[in-house]
Formats: sequence, structure tokens, C-alpha cells
Amino acid sequence: MINMKLNGLGVTVEEGMTILEVANFYGFPIPTLCHMEGLSPYGACRLCVVEVGDGPRARLVTSCTSRAEEGMIVRTASNRVMKARMMILELLLASCPQSKIIQDLASKYQVRQQRFRQEHEDCIMCGLCVRMCEEQMMAKAIGFRGRGEKRSLGTPFDIKSEECRLCGGCIYVCPACQLRCTYTDPDKAICGGCANIHPPCYLKDKFDDMMCYMDPCVACEIKRD
Amino acid sequence: MTEVKDISGLCSTCNFAPNCIYRQGREGPIQYCEMFAEIIEQHTGAQGGLIATLEEIQARYGYLHPEALKMVAEKSGRSLVDVYGVATFYRAFSLKPRGKHLVSVCLGTACHVRGGPAIAQELERQLKISAGQTTPDNEFTLETVNCLGACALGPIIVIDGHYFSKVKTSMVADILHRAKTGLDRVEIITDQRIFPIEVGCARCNHSLMDPRHPIDGHPSIRVTVAFDQKHGWLALSGLYGSYNSDSEYDIPSDSEVQFFCPHCHAELIGGANCSECGAPMVPMIVRGGGIVQICSRRGCKGHMLDLSGALIF
Ligand code: SF4
Ligand code: FES
Ligand code: FES
Repeated sequence: MINMKLNGLGVTVEEGMTILEVANFYGFPIPTLCHMEGLSPYGACRLCVVEVGDGPRARLVTSCTSRAEEGMIVRTASNRVMKARMMILELLLASCPQSKIIQDLASKYQVRQQRFRQEHEDCIMCGLCVRMCEEQMMAKAIGFRGRGEKRSLGTPFDIKSEECRLCGGCIYVCPACQLRCTYTDPDKAICGGCANIHPPCYLKDKFDDMMCYMDPCVACEIKRD
Repeated sequence: MTEVKDISGLCSTCNFAPNCIYRQGREGPIQYCEMFAEIIEQHTGAQGGLIATLEEIQARYGYLHPEALKMVAEKSGRSLVDVYGVATFYRAFSLKPRGKHLVSVCLGTACHVRGGPAIAQELERQLKISAGQTTPDNEFTLETVNCLGACALGPIIVIDGHYFSKVKTSMVADILHRAKTGLDRVEIITDQRIFPIEVGCARCNHSLMDPRHPIDGHPSIRVTVAFDQKHGWLALSGLYGSYNSDSEYDIPSDSEVQFFCPHCHAELIGGANCSECGAPMVPMIVRGGGIVQICSRRGCKGHMLDLSGALIF
């Protein structure tokens, strides 16, 4: 058992728990995006930052990837944490404003605007689908390719994967929803017709021979209106 | 190549290299060259084996064929996603065939301000391709890099490992021409570290140079060697920094050899030992003053030139 201080509260927790688990256990909310129970922690979105330590030596760490330690002093909602969190939300909004999950998080933290150049990314590189495919579906059909600004997500060689069993798990966990939609290129599609909202996909019949695993496929629903 | 027609449909992983042993006498289609298998087997199990395997395939074929990646994945028990991820992560790996000569133009900060982009443009214009592409005749692949660590000499072009410094646009045509005709030959004459020397025996002072037996286009250094109960002549390149040689018997690499003067038959041996491998050094007098010492172990490149020191026996 480990003794630590969580938001001023002395708590005793089991060894090996992450800060995120501890906070959840004691009812302190920490927003997460790339974390999912059942998948290994990844630390990609940085949304779950908390402040660890005291005074000038305090530092921000991602709670989903750090383990609780003896004598740790953790603050989950200090000024510094809130500032960092809001900035991360702004950045997420700047890259993928069409995501319902990101929108909800932003509104929860009163982020009404973002100050960066607006982009509409299909993928925020949270890695949820990759971990889903590997750890829960045991398929390893998709993964990251390239690096830096050219980093992208998909199957090797961008062709239909032999490993993929069309379970739809990747689409289910995707916070950007249209993660691997290939628009007008059905050959390469693994999942089906989950079309992007931006730019809109109007030729729905192109995807008729594919199955869509979103039920209902939100993107198409929105489009029809 | 003349038989391009016959081999179409066969494996093209090696870019139709003339020395491909699998193509000869085969009917198509061969999906991929079985030579991957060898390379892969060598590395499986070893730690960090994936990158080493890919590196070796890349070195052998110039690029990573999709079939090669699939085979690596299959044989090493990794998933294709991982292999593909690694292959696309590193700049050193190329998934597309590369030309015979790889031209890298530096566009790092220093080279950029010294006119790197103009050089890159000129190369693109002359090769009629843009960066990242290969000429249709498979001669050149052009790529840009960010700093080669020789900033003071910028703008820099590297072709097949040969550096060209302070390049001007007017030099580009010449450099490309030289690359095509073979850079290694040009190198010997321009490289300042390789120059002809003339040596003599440290004991009898007789010249050891043998003009009847030129190596690298210069008179060779002729000595008598003894190893393993064998006795014979050995001719070394007269170029300091060149390791070409010729001998009566094949000297097994790594064996220590005794050197003798063919004139006075004294053993050429000094007090010094090689700083690289510890074997005794063989001293010879350089005409015009100084001594040169070479390591007596076959294959060791330890050598030393001292133009001022007096020889103490
Ligand atoms: S649909 Fe295919 S790629 Fe997506 S999680 Fe399932 S197996 Fe993996
Ligand atoms: S939830 Fe911790 S970094 Fe994304
Ligand atoms: S910038 Fe070209 S070598 Fe450093």
C-alpha cells in the first residue's frame, strides 16, 4: 500500500495503480481522450495532465501513464493544470473540430474558441484504434506509418489488410469518427463507408457494396440533412 | 541489359541486377527473390534484428520490396504493421527502387543560406526529376537532406558517399558527369590523403620501388614476405593510403607476416607495434626523408607516416 496526497487529501492506494486510477477511485474527475480501460496507457493526448510535487519543483505529468508513488503530492485541478488542459483542448479543436468527443470536452472546460489556424484532420493520432486492433481484436491490421508531419495511420501499403476481420472495433473507439474513411477509394477501405464530414461525402451510392460499422454512421446521417 | 524481355514477369526485387543468380534459367513468375530468406535467417532472434535485416535487404537491393517486408514479417513472427511502420519511419529505408547513384543535396540551415536550394533546383533541372524521384533510366535518385554535418563547406552534395563541397550551379553538370563515369577512379587523384611515395630498405637503403609491376598506376613497393613456411614476393601499392596489393601466394587475412628486403635480405622490423592491432610494424625509409610504417598483419589498415623523425635502429 502506498500513502500519497491527492488534492490535499491523504489517501492510501494499492501499489501499481496509475494516478488516473487513483483519482477516479476517489472521485476526482480527470478528462481523458486517448485512455480506455482495457487498452494499455499511451499518453498521446496529454489531456489528463496533473501536477505532481510541491512548490517550484512541481511538474506536469500525464496521469494515465504515471504510477502512484509513496509520498506523492498530486493536484488534479490546480491553476497550472487547468491552463495546460485548456490549451490542449484548444489545440485539439484546432486540428479536429468536427469530433463530437472533442467538442464535448471543450464545452465542459469552457473552451469556446481556439486561436490557431483551423484544420480538419481525420486523425488526431490518439492511437486508440491501433491499440484496440492489437490488444483486443488480436489482429494488428492497422498501425502508424512514417513519422513527423508525415505520420499517418492505416494498413501497410494502404491496401486492404488480410489481418483485418472487419470487426469495426477501430471505428468504435475513434474519437474523430472518420479515422480511416477513404472517401472515393473503396478499394482501400477496411471498414466501409464512414464518410468524413469535412469535406462532405455526397456520393453515398459509391459505398453501397461496403458495410458501415457505425450504427448509424453519424457522418452520413449528418450529411443527409 | 539485353534479356530484359525474357525476364519480365520474374522477380524484379534486385532491379534486374546482372548478378542475380535466381533469374538465370528460370521461367516466370517468381514472386520474389529467395535471397531475402538468407538475410532474414541470419538476423532472426538477434536483438534489434528487424532494423539490421531491413538494412541488409536495403543494402543488397537498394530498396525494400513489398514482398520483402511481408517475408520479413512472416519469418520473424512480427506483424506486417510493425515492419511497415519501421520501414517507413527511417529515412534510410526506401520503399521505391532507387537509381544507381544516390544524389543527396543538403538543404540544412547553413547550406540553405549558402545557396543549397539553387543547387537543388539545378540538379532537378538537369536530371529532369524532382527531389525524391529517380530518373527513368535508373541512373540517379535525387533526395534532399537536412544537414550532413559539414556546414562550413556548404553547399554540400553527396553522391554515393563522395562529398562535394562549396558547390556552385556551374559545377553541377560536371559533378553529375563524373558520378556517371565512376567516382572512385577520380577519387584517387583528387583525394589529398592518397599520394605516391617512394621507399627504400631501412638497412641497405636500396630502393624498394618496382616500376615493372605498377599498382594503381604507380610503381609498386616490392618486398619478400614469409609466413607459414612460405616465402614469396609481395607488391604493395605505392600510393600512401591505398591498400591494393599483389602477391605470389595468397596471404590469409589476419595472419602476421614477416617482411624482408629483397636486396640485402634483412628483416624489415622496427621496435614499434601497431596502434590498431598490436602486431609489429614494418618500417621503410621514405625518399626525401622520414619513415613510413605499415602493420604486418594482413588486413589491418594500421599505418603511419613520419616525415621528420629519424630512424633509430
Ligand atoms: S476492423 Fe480491422 S482494423 Fe479495425 S480493429 Fe477490427 S481488425 Fe483492426
Ligand atoms: S489520456 Fe492520458 S495522455 Fe491521453
Ligand atoms: S547545413 Fe549542409 S552540412 Fe550542415
